[in-house]
Amino acid sequence: MVRDAVEREDHIGSYGTYILIWAALMVLLAVTIIVAKVEVSKYSVLLNLFIATVKAGLVLFFFMHLKYERGFLKGLLLMVLLILASVIGLTFSDVWYR
Amino acid sequence: MGAAEGQRDRIGAKYGMWFFLFTEILFFGGMFILYAVYRSKYPAEFHASAGEENLLLGSINTAVLLTSSLFMAVAISAVKKGSYRLSVVFQAATILMGLAFLAIKAVEWYEKVARGIYPNSPVLDKMKMGEILFFGLYYVMTGIHGVHVFIGVCVISFMVYFTLTGNVTQENYSKIENTGLYWHFVDIVWIYLFPLFYLIT
Repeated sequence: MVRDAVEREDHIGSYGTYILIWAALMVLLAVTIIVAKVEVSKYSVLLNLFIATVKAGLVLFFFMHLKYERGFLKGLLLMVLLILASVIGLTFSDVWYR
Repeated sequence: MGAAEGQRDRIGAKYGMWFFLFTEILFFGGMFILYAVYRSKYPAEFHASAGEENLLLGSINTAVLLTSSLFMAVAISAVKKGSYRLSVVFQAATILMGLAFLAIKAVEWYEKVARGIYPNSPVLDKMKMGEILFFGLYYVMTGIHGVHVFIGVCVISFMVYFTLTGNVTQENYSKIENTGLYWHFVDIVWIYLFPLFYLIT
């Protein structure tokens, strides 16, 4: 079990996978520019932030190998993001309801 | 782990880098909160100011940085497979992409400064509050991100040297792996900066 975990974390990404991820990132870049230019709706800002998050996820999980890391590290990252989210929430509760 | 590897702790080294990146997330997070608060207070002025950004150069820079991340990932896999020469080529390509990013950024800043838009400039001081805040945040956030890119370029240059001199190898790749984590993180920061400063509509 432990040996499996070590081998997973030592995972060597294949060049082909990286090129596919890069291609997906380029497509998403094109989509985000089109979304901004076309101004389909007032939700295009939110949509663009969503696309940015998908791009960030691809970089995190594949280029940064998060996919192959233990749940422990994923949990730590999630905790940091939750701290950031709660600070954003607290800040806005002050800004909006002051 | 053989005796030849000594007391190396790959996983510990990697977790150390991730912990540093966690502090970086909160560091940049603070600036993103500032941006979010001021944008919610001055939506119209942020919209108008973002229209002044050079979308073409911003888009090219995004593509440049995403491509540099691909090169970095390939360079690390190459080290792990023992293809050191291939790795050095891709590390050098990553450095070139990083320098191209900084050069394009410099052109953008130069364009703006030439129009008199820079912190505390007489032109900017006469603008509306929301515009002053937008361009202030633009200079601070892209500036600090640019410093990160520059640091990354310097660190990757050391990795080229280490790979050439046999300090970074198939068995001992923590240094370059951590450099890659840092480089990809800087890429992620730009992934968010790009829509916020160039695509806000």
